Amino acid sequence: MGRNAGLFIGLGAAVVALFAADLLTGDSALGAETVWGVLTGSVTDETTRAIVLSIRMVRVVVAATVGVALAVSGLQMQTVFRNPLADPYLLGVSSGAGLGVAFFILGAPLLGWGAYGAWQSVGLAGAGWIGAAGVLVLVAVLSRRVKNILGVLIMGVMLGYVAGALIQIMQYLNSAEQLKLYFLWSMGSLGHVTAAKLWVMGPVVGAGLVLAVYTIKALNLLLLGENYARTMGLNVRRARTQIFVSTALLTGTVTAFCGPVGFMGLAAPHVARMLFREADHRVLLPGSALLGAAAMLLCDLVAKAWTLPVNCVTALLGIPVIIWVIFKNIRPS
Amino acid sequence: MIRLEHVTLGYGRRTLVSDACAEIAEGKLVALLGRNGSGKSTLLRATAGLEKPRGGRVLMEGQDLATLRPEERAKLVSFVTTERVRVPDLKCRDVVALGRAPHTDWTGRLRAEDRERVEEALDLLDLTEYAERTMDRMSDGECQRVMIARAFAQDTPAILLDEPTSFLDLPNRYELGVLLRRLAHEKGKCVLFSTHELDIALTLCDAIALIDPPRLHYLPTQEMIASGHIERLFRNDTVTFDPRTLRVVTRLDISQNHQKHTP
Repeated sequence: MGRNAGLFIGLGAAVVALFAADLLTGDSALGAETVWGVLTGSVTDETTRAIVLSIRMVRVVVAATVGVALAVSGLQMQTVFRNPLADPYLLGVSSGAGLGVAFFILGAPLLGWGAYGAWQSVGLAGAGWIGAAGVLVLVAVLSRRVKNILGVLIMGVMLGYVAGALIQIMQYLNSAEQLKLYFLWSMGSLGHVTAAKLWVMGPVVGAGLVLAVYTIKALNLLLLGENYARTMGLNVRRARTQIFVSTALLTGTVTAFCGPVGFMGLAAPHVARMLFREADHRVLLPGSALLGAAAMLLCDLVAKAWTLPVNCVTALLGIPVIIWVIFKNIRPS
Repeated sequence: MIRLEHVTLGYGRRTLVSDACAEIAEGKLVALLGRNGSGKSTLLRATAGLEKPRGGRVLMEGQDLATLRPEERAKLVSFVTTERVRVPDLKCRDVVALGRAPHTDWTGRLRAEDRERVEEALDLLDLTEYAERTMDRMSDGECQRVMIARAFAQDTPAILLDEPTSFLDLPNRYELGVLLRRLAHEKGKCVLFSTHELDIALTLCDAIALIDPPRLHYLPTQEMIASGHIERLFRNDTVTFDPRTLRVVTRLDISQNHQKHTP
């Protein structure tokens, strides 16, 4: 058995174990037997089933989905921009989502749109998604006119600042009550996604993943830079667009539903590279996805145990990993 | 075979090269010479199909590059740029294997034939023992060889190289020149490379393409030396080209030698 196969089996086992552990923890004290009983159908008590299936299960699946989406998207961004510090939010996706949510929570009341208007039916997640997709469409359109990938990076960062400024204006003009709602969203939460929302989030993230797998060869060629990729037959413009759309589906969706979740997309691909010691995306993409899922489940366990916003946990867990990566990389060989 | 037909290149209002014609047959090693900023890189990029010429066309094996899709173009011409690529975790063999991209399926999976080509390329460039090493632990000369092996694995009739000898020390430069000559003469490739090394170009190449803005002179090496174009272009107040030794000599040397003889 090869080294990679062993690592994949190990990571897969870790994801399953963390998934089970996360499923068993929660506010109400439900034992492993009860949870198992609900899953196999032997426990028929409605309340218990509701807690396990529509609260516990949904949250755990959401956590794994968020981990996979952010890790894959982070890997794509690090390769496309040839920058180890690139993360899923580099192109202004989170600021775009933030802007959408800010319009929803802060902007609509200012404009006098009632809480029960047509706007309300779009929902928080819908508003976030529109914002994220809007920024990404803008970046994708502009990037077709910008030859240098560094130009795209600067544009993404600039759009992020513009969105940030607009959000601040709305915050300045709003009441404390609305501000708190917005701040809660910006801290990230896995618990607000209901089963119905998961039915939207899951397939969209799935589509993003399919597109990500389709871009594996392009990502491998882009390791040598856009110039070399072009000489080896890659249609760089098309590849860029595909990768940006994939990232929009992955990160945009996750951010819209769960708020911006930091550091996961930055750290997971680095850990994958360190474990597999490879640059081939056919290995790194599934590797990062598994690591992202495992790490996010772990973060959720910690967040549940101390009832913390998940964003704080990912930061506290992710930053040491990043620092470790930096030290490992600069140590003279 | 590479054919340039009345190629005109430029940026904005500035014309770098106008009405350039050349024909490079299989098995020929050709150096592209010219002063800084004369458009060598631009001409190479246009020849590789990475840039559309303002006028004229580039034919590769009789096909107009401008009409080909990127993946078709990549089967006809490979290119080694001046970029220095150092990707951590990317092993030599992986880099060379990326050269097979135009020949593999959408996942980039290597078939037996692709693997053979990769090993052949590694062997040809004397890199077999480096195959498992990553490029961040190799010297400039070794990295340059890896990128050339990658171009060879791409299995194109034409290989273009932009200043492959820069960053290399003197022995490595000559070794690289001899290697390019082998690629052309033994493997039957059309090899076109830009360089500032007059002596390497004039001693090893079959023909010289010289940018004399905005013209392109294309002549067999001996005729190019005899034509006087090189002497005229590669001189200023400090240096002059000596066609007997094929070297650029500084005027300082000449005047000092002169002084030594006078007393």
